[in-house]
Amino acid sequence: MKAFNSLNALVCPLDRANVDTDAIIPKQFLKSIKRAGFGPNLFDEWRYLDHGEPGMDNSVRPLNPDFVLNSPRYAGAEVLLARENFGCGSSREHAPWALEDQGFRVVIAPSFADIFFNNCYKNGLLPIVLAADVVDRLFAECEANEGYSLNIDLPAQTVTTPDGTAFTFDITEHRKHCLLGGLDEIGLTLQHADEIRAYETKRRASQPWLFA
Amino acid sequence: MTAQTLYDKLWASHVVREESDGTCLLYIDRHLVHEVTSPQAFEGLKLANRPLWRKDSVVSTADHNTPTDHWDQGIQDPISRLQVETLDANIKAFGALAYFPFKDIGQGVVHVMGPEQGATLPGMTVVCGDSHTSTHGAFGALAHGIGTSEVEHVMATQCLVAKKSKNMRVSVEGQLGAGVGAKDVALAIIGKIGTAGGTGYAIEFAGSAIRGLSMEGRMTLCNMAIEAGARSGLVAVDDKTIAYVKDRPLAPSALQWDAAVAYWNTLHSDEGAHFDAEVELKAEEVAPQVTWGTSPEMVVDVNGRVPDPALETDAVKKAGAMRALEYMGLTANTAMTDIPVDVVFIGSCTNSRIEDLREAAAVARGRKKAANVKQVLVVPGSGLVKQQAEAEGLDKVFVAAGFEWREPGCSMCLAMNADRLLPGERCASTSNRNFEGRQGQGGRTHLVSPAMAAAAAVTGHFADVRKLEAV
Ligand code: SF4
Repeated sequence: MKAFNSLNALVCPLDRANVDTDAIIPKQFLKSIKRAGFGPNLFDEWRYLDHGEPGMDNSVRPLNPDFVLNSPRYAGAEVLLARENFGCGSSREHAPWALEDQGFRVVIAPSFADIFFNNCYKNGLLPIVLAADVVDRLFAECEANEGYSLNIDLPAQTVTTPDGTAFTFDITEHRKHCLLGGLDEIGLTLQHADEIRAYETKRRASQPWLFA
Repeated sequence: MTAQTLYDKLWASHVVREESDGTCLLYIDRHLVHEVTSPQAFEGLKLANRPLWRKDSVVSTADHNTPTDHWDQGIQDPISRLQVETLDANIKAFGALAYFPFKDIGQGVVHVMGPEQGATLPGMTVVCGDSHTSTHGAFGALAHGIGTSEVEHVMATQCLVAKKSKNMRVSVEGQLGAGVGAKDVALAIIGKIGTAGGTGYAIEFAGSAIRGLSMEGRMTLCNMAIEAGARSGLVAVDDKTIAYVKDRPLAPSALQWDAAVAYWNTLHSDEGAHFDAEVELKAEEVAPQVTWGTSPEMVVDVNGRVPDPALETDAVKKAGAMRALEYMGLTANTAMTDIPVDVVFIGSCTNSRIEDLREAAAVARGRKKAANVKQVLVVPGSGLVKQQAEAEGLDKVFVAAGFEWREPGCSMCLAMNADRLLPGERCASTSNRNFEGRQGQGGRTHLVSPAMAAAAAVTGHFADVRKLEAV
């Protein structure tokens, strides 16, 4: 997993509530057995005017000029500014994979759906919850100022606007630690293999029907 | 000891270790695996040269990509076929307690297959790389969806890194009216608390109306917990739970049965247990529901009207409602019963169990598909559901009504196979998500119960199933 420390990057505003994972990456792209290459199909149904299928050459497909991701103004954005309940719907990890593949490292929203929120951390993507009025303000500033960037500092847990206003955000120690180090969580858990085995021994004695 | 909720009990009994910030290693008893969210996880194991920690925890089937007709021709779409064959190969290489491949009689939608095989038991932790894993909470099991990295994590360690959610209780007291079922209750709850209302919570469904539901109904309800934002839904164990589990292929053996039942009988919230949030509904007030928009919270009674966004005061909600109406091709204030449908889909892990099919067949019996309805798909949840339905003659009822009787799978719930809506087509669907493009790009989904779906099929528009004229 890619480590995350701090970032000063362009912001792309996606002004819609309840953006679901079907919208983030439509199901036809879930047929892939690979983990990479989902970026060009991020928000596929909003981004292109035609219907996307796996295997198409996305570089020649007609772009929807009204979709924010296609605006040259936001090209290269690494921070996605979103509305409430972002990432609701299916558990597909292809959603954070697609965001990450497209180049996003941070998503800011007033709230996220649980599974999506969790999936982000596994992929070096930092989801940040800020109060709804703060998010409103960021949307307004972003729309008013071309080239609007935010500074994201994970060690300090702050989001800082160009005028120097800093907002703090919450993150659990465990997630912060993993993200800062780009750590393999499975490796970390396996350090506790003995405890897992001890638990199993206990369980096997009290609830033997759970073990074939 | 302090009074505990059911969720507290399930959580506490599975904690292997806890960090100072509350992050836990949670032990996982049952891992359900399907073809879409597992290939990258198996690939990860291979790359790191890690075995499955406990292959007897894995129960697997192929469902999302499989076709629902012409099974003799196999899977036509080469990319879908590769995904299903990759699952076959991975299960062969890594092992599993049970596997129900494409065309096996036990094959089916993973959340129908699990309970039906007895792979889901009370008191278990159940995970699957699929958000509707919440379904299994109907058995008093702690069940929720996970992403592919977590699938790999559970495969390699039998644990999940997780933090405890808060407790919410949704109580539905009273008796549901005739023609009103678990799906209507689920939609009414989501309409009340919103699609993010349960975010951060485990929801326990309680009250006399919930106890009155069959196991199928409880599964429908818990299935939709995720649409209310909650990763897991729960119903306390009672005699119905135990009767359902008894004699299933993977249920405890006769030797262990009594001990298991004694434990299962402790799986309910204690008197006086603390809930962080409480929601109450009166069963008598729940009418058949129909969604009008592109989020399950955009829902009204069938006798209601498409709401007018102009009356919405919240700016974000107003914009969402306007977008939804445009996408759905609807005008504010239209009576729901005046909206014609093109396609009807009866299936999905929400509503494809035997009871759902009986409910739909009861409406279809002696009636005919309306002329304006192009297609009515009936897709049983599993091979065993199909077999049972055919034994009861339900297939004949559907075919006589002009419906199509298909092979099991996810089908038009998410349209990864060939079953999908064309742009602009309007569908009455018993599935769980009415998101833009969910059933096919440009397709318009209205979520309803199986009885309401059948009512739409025979009248050609949304109709209050309670008011259908007798045949
Ligand atoms: S039926 Fe639909 S919701 Fe259920 S597992 Fe299949 S695709 Fe997911």
